This record gives sequence, C-alpha cells and structure tokens, in this order.
Amino acid sequence: MSNATQDHRARPSASTPSAISIRDLTVAYQQKPVIWDIDLELPKGALIAVVGPNGAGKSTLLKSALELIPRTAGEVLVDGAPFRKQRHRVAYVPQRESVDWDFPVNALEVVTMGTYRRLGWFRPVTRACRERARNALAQVGLADYATRQISKLSGGQQQRVFLARALAQDADIYFMDEPFAAVDASTEQAIVELLHTLRSAGKTCLVVHHDLATVPRYFNWLVLLNMRVVKSGPMDETFTAENLRKTYGGKLSLMSDAISAFSQQAKS
Amino acid sequence: MESSEAIWRTVLLLDYNTRLVVLATALLGLASGLIGTFLLLRKRSLMGDTLAHATLPGLSLAFLLFVTFGGSGKSLPVLLLGALAGGGLGALGVLWIRKYTRLKDDAAMGIVLSVFFSAGVVLLSMIQKIPGASAAGLESFLYGSVASMVLTDLYVLMGAAIFATALALLCHKEFRLLCFDEHFALSQGWPVRRLDAALLGIVTLITVAGLQAVGLILMIAFLIIPAAAARFWTDRLDLLLLISALLGAVSGWLGAGLSAVLPKAPAGAVIILCATACFILSLLVGRQSGLIWRVYRQTQLKRQTTHQHLLRAIFEMTESRPESAVTQGALAARRSWTRRELCRGIRRACKRGFIEATASEEWKLTPLGIVEAIRLTRNHRLWEHYLLEYADIAPAHVDHNADTIEHVLDPGLVRRLEARIGKLYPKGHGMTPDLPPSPHQIAQSSERSSS
Repeated sequence: MSNATQDHRARPSASTPSAISIRDLTVAYQQKPVIWDIDLELPKGALIAVVGPNGAGKSTLLKSALELIPRTAGEVLVDGAPFRKQRHRVAYVPQRESVDWDFPVNALEVVTMGTYRRLGWFRPVTRACRERARNALAQVGLADYATRQISKLSGGQQQRVFLARALAQDADIYFMDEPFAAVDASTEQAIVELLHTLRSAGKTCLVVHHDLATVPRYFNWLVLLNMRVVKSGPMDETFTAENLRKTYGGKLSLMSDAISAFSQQAKS
Repeated sequence: MESSEAIWRTVLLLDYNTRLVVLATALLGLASGLIGTFLLLRKRSLMGDTLAHATLPGLSLAFLLFVTFGGSGKSLPVLLLGALAGGGLGALGVLWIRKYTRLKDDAAMGIVLSVFFSAGVVLLSMIQKIPGASAAGLESFLYGSVASMVLTDLYVLMGAAIFATALALLCHKEFRLLCFDEHFALSQGWPVRRLDAALLGIVTLITVAGLQAVGLILMIAFLIIPAAAARFWTDRLDLLLLISALLGAVSGWLGAGLSAVLPKAPAGAVIILCATACFILSLLVGRQSGLIWRVYRQTQLKRQTTHQHLLRAIFEMTESRPESAVTQGALAARRSWTRRELCRGIRRACKRGFIEATASEEWKLTPLGIVEAIRLTRNHRLWEHYLLEYADIAPAHVDHNADTIEHVLDPGLVRRLEARIGKLYPKGHGMTPDLPPSPHQIAQSSERSSS
C-alpha cells in the first residue's frame, strides 16, 4: 500500500484557495452546542480525516456543512464561493445505517440516484445515466452486483454502493461519513484505492474516520475535533501524541489506542 | 341464481347503470395503489390515516356553512373543498405539534386523528338535528357508498384519479429518491420538504376523491393494502408500482361491482375486503416472498443441505482412499441427522448418480460424485478459512448455502483465501491438489466405521 503521507502532500498557501472554508460554524440543539466556532481551511486535493472521540460532533460537522441540519451560526465556502452555489460540486456519502436497506431497489438503481440532480426535475433516467452508474459500480469493484437487491449485499458492499453513488455525481469534493465503519478487509482496501484515485484526479475528500491506527496511512491531512477544532493541518505535523491527548482527553482506553497508533507511526 | 348473474353483469361492465361507477372506482384504485406505494415506502401510512379522518370536520363545517347561507348543503364541490381544508389543517397540526413540542410523530398523529375525528362526529350529530337539512348524504362519506354517486360525482372522481396518477408518474424519480434517502436528496439540493408536501398533497387529493366511494374511515386501507400486497411479488420499485396499481384497480373494480349489487353493505368495506383478498392471495402465492414459495425454498434448502452434508461426509471419511465405501451406520454416527433424513438423502444422491451401493447399506462415491464432493468440500473449507481469517467481520457475510463462495464474496477475496491456503499446504498434498484441507481435525473414518 502506498503511503499517503509521503508523496506530494497538500499544503494550503496564499496562492491556492481552499477547497473548503468553514467559518465560525456552530450547531446547537436546544441551547446546548454540539460543535462550536469551527474554523477550517481545507486544501484542494487533500485526503482529509476528521477524527475525534464519540460525540465530538464529527457527523454533525459534515451534516451542517452540507446544510442537512440547521446551523446556529457560520458559513461554508467551496472554492471561495458560498456552498449553496457550489452544491452540485459536492457529493455526500451518508452513514450506511441511515437508510432502510429493505427498500425495493437494486444496486444499480441506487447508484443511478447520483445522476438525478444533473438530470433535473421530472426527466426520466436516460441510458447515459445508467451507463455512468455502471461505470461507478465497476470503479468500486461491484460490476457483477448491479442487479442485486440491496438487502442481499454484504455490509461492505452496501458501503461501496454508497460510494459509487457519490462517484456517479462526478463531484469535485466528497464528504464521507464513516465509510470504513464495520467493513470487511476487501472493502477497506477498495475504499483506500478509491481515495487514492480520487486524489490523483485532483478531488478533495473529507472523511470521518474512527480508526486511529490507520489514519496516518490513509490520509494526508488531519482535523482533530472535539466539539471544537483541536488542530487541523498536514498529517505529519498534526498527528502527535500531544494533539491526540488534547483531543481525547481523559478517555483512557482511547488514549492508549492513540498512543500506540502514534508510536507505530513514529517507528515507520 | 339471479343475484350472482347480476354481479357478473356488473363486474363485466354489461350493466349500463353501473358501468361508469365500476370504472371510476377502478381508476381510483389504480391511483391509490400507485401513490400508496410511495406513502408506504416513506413510512407515512399513519399520516394518510390522519389526513383521511381530519376531512370529517371539514366536510361537516362546509355542510353547515352552506346550509346557513341557504344552500341545500349537498353541493359536492363545496363538501370536497371542506374536506380538503380539513385534511390540510390536520396535516399542518401534525407538523406543528412535531415542531413545537417534544412529542414524536406517532403521538402527534394519534392526537390529531382523534381530535379531528371526534370534532367531526359531534358536528355530524348536530347536522342531523337541523330540521329540513338532509344529512343522509354525509353518512355515506364515513363508510362509502357507490349507489349514492351521480354522474358529476363520477367525473370528479375520475378527474382526480387521473390527475393524481399523472402527478405520481411525473414525480416518480423524485419520490423514489425521497423515500429511499432523504438526506442524500437534501445534499443534492432537492427541496425535500416540498417533495414531502407534494406527496401528502397527492395523498390528500386521492383521499378526498375516494371519500364517497370508499369512505374516510377505510380510505387508508385502500392506499396501503395494494402496496403491501405487491411487496410479496417483487423487490423492484418499478414493478412494485405497476403491481400495486393493478391490485388497487382490481379491488376497486370488484368491490364497486359487488356493492352496486349489494347496496345495503357499505361500499368501502366491500372494496377493502376485495383488496384484502388480493393481499391474502399475494401473501400465499407471491413470487418474491409469498408463504408457499418461502416454504418451498426452505424445503429445497434443507434438501440441498442434507445433500451437501452427505457427499461431504462420505468424501471426508474416505479422503485418503476415495474408492472405498462407507456403511450407513458410520454415516449416521457422523452427523446428527435423523434416520429418515439420511435415508432420503442417500436415495436422492443415488438417483442423481453421485453415489452407488457396493453392498447392502454400504455406499461409495461415483466418479461424478467425487467431482461434486470436491467442489462442495472446497466451498465449505474456504468458508471455514474465511471465518477464521476475518472472525471480526465475517459472520455478516457467511452464506453457507451459496452454491459457490464466489457468489457472495469478491473474487479477489476468494483468491486471497486460496492463496493463503495454498501457501500453508503446497500443491500435491493429498489426492486433490486444489482442495484446501479442513482447518480442523476431521474425525477418522476408519475409527468410526470399525466401531
């Protein structure tokens, strides 16, 4: 597996505008803030991991940036323009549990949904859309599963169907909510390869991730989140024991995970 | 018999007087089957019921107002407008409760449904006391009555049904997305709330249109039952819509035909009973998940499992000496199968040419059987290795009854498993170089058979 951190790493500079700028983003439920004053400048073409303990607001960050849940304050810019105007350039991969997999559709039909917005209102699905969806399915290694009803796919395959649906949107920026959660080894491998393909095509991926051990290998930019941004920066500068301790605080079991992951990283 | 002939004449559209009623109700069934599918998939069935019940106070108030201003009170457009307003208010009430209280959806709908319906019932009893105002027509809105429908009613009904069908087909793609994954729809920029409102709007339209024929109490059943029945036939949405619309149309057709002949039975109940008949039929014989097919598949599965166990057992007992035979006693001791299961399995395997008798109660694999047994054993052992390898995530994927492991796992993963096994046990091991050894100790057949 190639090491994402080592080859050309993305750094923000004054000359290249950020792919995603999040300013003062705050989300509160009944006066209780879930995330607050999030300021992030995320560089174009980076593979960005959003990491933090349970309840740190990782999913909330994604959802509020995409306007799926109301923000209390703040704004989100995509390539320097307001998110609403750039929405078509952003693809979202929700958590797998967010839908009913008994729904009467097959894998190809789900992936085709990624092309609906481009089609626009009332227009029926065209052959070109289906072709694009088929390509996206092939890209995640599920070409042979196109006509399978989605409840008959394994968890990892379902996750890949969601990724393929985002691919079919042909976006520039991908928001993925825990795509690695409870998937099998071959799916994990397929997702990693996909992330690399996307990066070499100049796409930006913002991925909620929970496995500290693989964070430095899979990503090259790290956002440490615990209700507020603890640290955001290139992986090798940000993935330090000190920063992880600040993020995970006294949660001991997680801390030991973090430290062992850190020492692994230091060794390699 | 005269009445059965009358029923046939009505159902077959030979009777001029009822022809239009039957057609209009079938059209209503088509529309409600179609839109009901989306309602069911959006998990808003109770919302549809709430809407239907909330039409009653609207109807009654419209009647009262019309009578107050000197009308006869039985103008259909006025009544339906009242019903529409009632249903709309009910839906808004649900949304309001959900937004401003901590009550959940089901509680909100339960409250609105019962409050609106009781208000309607009270208003209805007041109407019946008004001298001169005939409220007989209003009662038919509760349980439905096709006999009381006049020509303009039918035109209104057909127009609404056609309009709703056209809208549902037009927004077919949008509704599919809304029902499957609203968050994704939202992220793509679809106006999810307006789509939801459109869906409920069409449901309201159909409900109000069906008030006269089916009645407001049973209208929800006419929306939901065809869709639920269609689910037994397919797991493709396009087909589901088609079948649901068809079942709705058939139940409307039969129900209206029957109740035209039996004017004393409330039409709504007759129509819903027809829909229920369709449902029970689908439940039994539905091709996708009907009871009979499920039982059939289960039996097949059991048979197949016994078959696989049998061939594998014989093969593993004789793996080092493939030409040797095993006794039935040794086979019986090997697994916890009943004598009957074993005998049946042996009989079937004999018939298919996989095993042959060498002596009384003694069996061996035929050359064909050896090939099949190797295939089965390979699958089985790959699964076992897979389970050992990926113990943390594997159970969700294991499908012992998949014909081959490749049908469930990715080819890449199977190759990796094979490679790992190949490394552990180089080629040339045993009689079958491509057969991975079992990861656990296989009981020695010689010990068992000699005991």
